Amino acid sequence: MEVHPEAGKEGKPSCALVELQGDSSLQVEISDAVSERDKVKFTVQTKSCLPHFAQTEFSVVRQHEEFIWLHDAYVENEEYAGLIIPPAPPRPDFEASREKLQKLGEGDSSVTREEFAKMKQELEAEYLAIFKKTVAMHEVFLQRLAAHPTLRRDHNFFVFLEYGQDLSVRGKNRKELLGGFLRNIVKSADEALITGMSGLKEVDDFFEHERTFLLEYHTRIRDACLRADRVMRSHKCLADDYIPISAALSSLGTQEVNQLRTSFLKLAELFERLRKLEGRVASDEDLKLSDMLRYYMRDSQAAKDLLYRRLRALADYENANKALDKARTRNREVRPAESHQQLCCQRFERLSDSAKQELMDFKSRRVSSFRKNLIELAELELKHAKASTLILRNTLVALKGEP
Amino acid sequence: MAAEREPPPLRDGKPTDFEELEDGEDLFTSTVSTLESSPSSPEPASLPAEDISANSNGPKATEVVLDDDREDLFAEATEEVSLDSPEREPILSSEPSPAVTPVTPTTLIAPRIESKSMSAPVIFDRSREEIEEEANGDIFDIEIGVSDPEKVGDGMNAYMAYRVTTKTSLSMFSKSEFSVKRRFSDFLGLHSKLASKYLHVGYIVPPAPEKSIVGMTKVKVGKEDSSSTEFVEKRRAALERYLQRTVKHPTLLQDPDLRQFLESSELPRAVNTQALSGAGILRMVNKAADAVNKMTIKMNESDAWFEEKQQQFENLDQQLRKLHASVEALVCHRKELSANTAAFAKSAAMLGNSEDHTALSRALSQLAEVEEKIDQLHQEQAFADFYMFSELLSDYIRLIAAVKGVFDHRMKCWQKWEDAQITLLKKREAEAKIMVANKPDKIQQAKNEIREWEAKVQQGERDFEQISKTIRKEVGRFEKERVKDFKTVIIKYLESLVQTQQQLIKYWEAFLPEAKAIA
Repeated sequence: MEVHPEAGKEGKPSCALVELQGDSSLQVEISDAVSERDKVKFTVQTKSCLPHFAQTEFSVVRQHEEFIWLHDAYVENEEYAGLIIPPAPPRPDFEASREKLQKLGEGDSSVTREEFAKMKQELEAEYLAIFKKTVAMHEVFLQRLAAHPTLRRDHNFFVFLEYGQDLSVRGKNRKELLGGFLRNIVKSADEALITGMSGLKEVDDFFEHERTFLLEYHTRIRDACLRADRVMRSHKCLADDYIPISAALSSLGTQEVNQLRTSFLKLAELFERLRKLEGRVASDEDLKLSDMLRYYMRDSQAAKDLLYRRLRALADYENANKALDKARTRNREVRPAESHQQLCCQRFERLSDSAKQELMDFKSRRVSSFRKNLIELAELELKHAKASTLILRNTLVALKGEP
Repeated sequence: MAAEREPPPLRDGKPTDFEELEDGEDLFTSTVSTLESSPSSPEPASLPAEDISANSNGPKATEVVLDDDREDLFAEATEEVSLDSPEREPILSSEPSPAVTPVTPTTLIAPRIESKSMSAPVIFDRSREEIEEEANGDIFDIEIGVSDPEKVGDGMNAYMAYRVTTKTSLSMFSKSEFSVKRRFSDFLGLHSKLASKYLHVGYIVPPAPEKSIVGMTKVKVGKEDSSSTEFVEKRRAALERYLQRTVKHPTLLQDPDLRQFLESSELPRAVNTQALSGAGILRMVNKAADAVNKMTIKMNESDAWFEEKQQQFENLDQQLRKLHASVEALVCHRKELSANTAAFAKSAAMLGNSEDHTALSRALSQLAEVEEKIDQLHQEQAFADFYMFSELLSDYIRLIAAVKGVFDHRMKCWQKWEDAQITLLKKREAEAKIMVANKPDKIQQAKNEIREWEAKVQQGERDFEQISKTIRKEVGRFEKERVKDFKTVIIKYLESLVQTQQQLIKYWEAFLPEAKAIA
């Protein structure tokens, strides 16, 4: 199934989730995407006047695993330890949607042909929506990288954008996945250990505040995201319920011989239109609320990771101080201890400085994104409510007007 | 002793009809309501000099029709005279009606004792027509409310008592506003009485709400949770609708049992309504037997109308059931939506609390408030979905079952007539044989039997025609009511949907500036 997102986004890269101050020297977008049996192929198009690139405009085809490879490369790079690495896009998951389509195909004899057609239409729309979302997620990942002054200069990034062949990045095998999993556990344990260390004082109020803030914020936004998902699903359920109701009213109407005939038929039409509106309410809530919350849940995790790295650097610095003291008292190997301590200090300060900037950017990014999405959410809800009121009122007038 | 009589011609407003009396059964009529107040009110016990309004509406008598199999049924022959209630006049006198020459009005109004000794009970068919004309003119002025459910007693013997309030300007009632306390089994008892009197002669008696052992047990046990309050409210509303439908029926409204139910402070306990009682089990067995019989009766339908109507009701039943199931799903999902919205509101509030950007924090708290209000909206809408839409459908599914029952009774009636004809034929054949065999002593008996069965055949034919006629009228009235009912409820339901949307608009319009204020 092919999907072609709107091409021709001129000028600034725009994304509902993240407002980016892009400049025209490097523009990245996903111009096309194809969904095959169990993978999605993204066409990544780059427009750039940077001297590094051979051409000013070029495209490559990438799969999800290659995005993950790129993300991991950034994470493992010491140079970027002081930066928030944009969260990796989630794996495209059409499983649930495919299952539903399959179940529908298996057939339920009690469903009329119109009902079947509508349900199929709904499921196809759902499939399409998931597809569009995964494209958007992958795109915003790249666009954030392209907009970041430091990250955009990464060699791996250039390779990703330009190298015409397959990057031969296979998906993580089980050992690697397990490794990743264990690493996360070690990290959190380590983090806990560090903070428990006596003598490790957070010297900077800013970071102290950020730490407390991010820990709580991340948990709460994750909660809010899960619950927003449930609300969205309930709305969808409700919209789907209107399908059999409309169908039954239609049958009732065609059977009736009295004045109820027109009433039922009008009601059937009404419910069909309400269904579409309810469906739009559901999808708008999904895009403007759930997706936004989900993105910032991931972004706040990336921010937490940054804080962890800085804390780790601080611990290393503290340890180096202690080692230096010990070396001085013993008067042995003072010089290496000194230089090591110097390095740690520099690293820590470098990380702190860039982390501060990154965290402030994170906040402003977050605030502007929330503002935009909440405004759009409210405006859309109003639009749908007004449309619903209109069709309801029209039907009421028609019903009351009849003898 | 069967009392025979040649029925006078049916048409043109002449009184007609009578019922065959069987041994030990009473036949009588119920009350008559007067319209006019007159200073010279007749003596209560007998009202021959009853004032009749200018339009000569005549006495209104309800028929209480008996079946052979039924027991003694009758109503107290009370009569009400409205002395100073001028407001009651417009109700009936505004309706023009054909002139009536009441045959023996006195006998109708006679008190019970006298009615028993009536040799020629007269029941006016036309008065039924009159009542229906009134109904068509929508002048029924009676309002029933069921309210204030109250738990009486403790433990497994506890029950809910409901207040039944009647507001009326009909003169058959002694007061214009009164209320009594009734329990659920009282309602079932009322229905059972009405059904036994009227169903088998073709009247569509509205069915009573269903029993629920689980629901009631929870209430008895004293669980004060939301599900038992919901159950009680559902039942209260159902009881109210049941009574409202019953009093809308012009014939049933005249029934003394109904009046007693609405008016008298004490009502004998209806024990035969218990599900697990002997009577309950008997009912179940009879129902099963009926179902089997229905399958074996092959009726030659001479009237296409009946076949058509039956098919129509069958289709309607199927479609209503489908719609009802879908609406129940809607109610369920809307309740889920409400719960999920409430949960989201809480987490949005928490998120707002931890957000350190002041304006955004405030906006998130506002969002949480909006979502909380929306959750309330969804809940209210779910109630509307249920009480207006879903319950209307389930009421009509049960009403149509009653309609089908009435058609079935007609079939049984036909069967009886058919059987009588067959038996008559057999008796005639037997007589012929006896004539040939020349046994004079048996001839007389044979002739007697033939006369007896001839009468039964005639009666069977009359009954069949009567029930067919009644059903036609009833179905006409039912369909009219149905159209009105559905239209009213649909409009009310749509208005509730509009209300919800308007509230949504209000909430989001209040939120928008908050979102824009995020700096």
